Amino acid sequence: MKADLTFKRGEFQLAARVELNGGVTGICGPSGAGKSTFLALLAGLLRPSAGTLNFAGVDLIDTQHGIFVPAWKRHFGLVFQNGMLFPHLSVRDNLLYGFNRLTPLERHLDLKTVTALLEIEPLLQRRPDQLSGGERQRVALGRALLYSPRLLLLDEPLSSLDDRLKQQILPFLKRVKEETRIPMIYVTHAQAEVDYLADRVLKMEDGRLGE
Amino acid sequence: MDSLLTPEEIQALYLSAKVALWATALCLPAGIALSWVMARYEFRGKLLLDVLIQLPMVLPPVVPGYLLLLVLGTQGPVGAWLLAEFGVVIAFTWKGAVLASAVMAFPLMVQPVRLAFRMIDPRLEQAATTLGATPWRAFFTITIPLALPGIIAGSVLCFSRSLGEFGATMAFVGNIPGETRTLPLAIYSYTHVPGGEAPALRLVYLSFALATVALLASHIISRRAERLLGYAGDRSLR
Repeated sequence: MKADLTFKRGEFQLAARVELNGGVTGICGPSGAGKSTFLALLAGLLRPSAGTLNFAGVDLIDTQHGIFVPAWKRHFGLVFQNGMLFPHLSVRDNLLYGFNRLTPLERHLDLKTVTALLEIEPLLQRRPDQLSGGERQRVALGRALLYSPRLLLLDEPLSSLDDRLKQQILPFLKRVKEETRIPMIYVTHAQAEVDYLADRVLKMEDGRLGE
Repeated sequence: MDSLLTPEEIQALYLSAKVALWATALCLPAGIALSWVMARYEFRGKLLLDVLIQLPMVLPPVVPGYLLLLVLGTQGPVGAWLLAEFGVVIAFTWKGAVLASAVMAFPLMVQPVRLAFRMIDPRLEQAATTLGATPWRAFFTITIPLALPGIIAGSVLCFSRSLGEFGATMAFVGNIPGETRTLPLAIYSYTHVPGGEAPALRLVYLSFALATVALLASHIISRRAERLLGYAGDRSLR
């Protein structure tokens, strides 16, 4: 993936030029540095002011040529800070929301594999409001994985959890990394998390991304 | 029912129900679309649009009714055109009663639906689009179900308001038995004829009963919808 993006909103400016090749890339930086904005740009939830984004040889963004592939066509998974599970759907229906949009050929993982990997089988019939914070994040991760994303974006997935829960979930993320081989971008302000998970770590400060 | 009400009264009741149902059906898609735009977008003239939507609630009802007559009457610019092009007459017909009721009840549809949309975190829709859902699909599978309690409340308020519509209907479509004489107009008519007190009172009781049942049904359905939608533990989405 090659990205060269700039984004301006009011006083805030983001400039990111980066080339990534699989594995887990950690992006570390303080709050307000622009980490979530960068992920939103990659996911297609925000339009950049200028720049290009190329994934697997295909242009997803090229502002000069008016190219912008919307979020629902990018096939990237995004795990939000607080899960963003759909409150009116059961855990099972949440997990299958993206999965059901895929053709059988596009499905690289199935419900059984993912629920076993994340140990969420006993939660399938529950509602999101009946889950603990840690369970919610595992379901959110499972939902993104079942969509068989080409790239998995994780936006501070553990920041709303206490240290004990973080220690419980980090091994799941490592397992996902090792067993699915889906390239990931993991955004956090906690250096310890990227040290544990990431193959490469980038820093983001004041809207600038660098090694 | 036959022994309790005269044929004229049954006719008024039937017409009221028909007009209120059609008015609600007319307000529902327009109300959802407009509430969505008002809840999610900032644009120039939004305040003015908001005032326009709310205006029928504070204007004397006869004013919108008279304006409708000026525009849609057979001598009015739109009414004359409809008659010449399609042979359609709206003024002084039950269709006009539907339109008058819809105009008057529209603000009551928009208020709760708009509030329901505002309570939904837009990131839920974003999450849906990152799972391959188009914005339309996200709207119909995430937003609409989550706004359902508000949509139900708005629909019932709209229906109830339409049942009670009087001033605008009277001004726009008159008081024609079997065509535009809804419950309130029938009550009004009975109070102006000798010996009309008893039927007027019967229709008053009936109006009370209908309004009470509608409001009770709205509360019960909304609560059920909230439970079904899993709002029990997440009050922030209410």
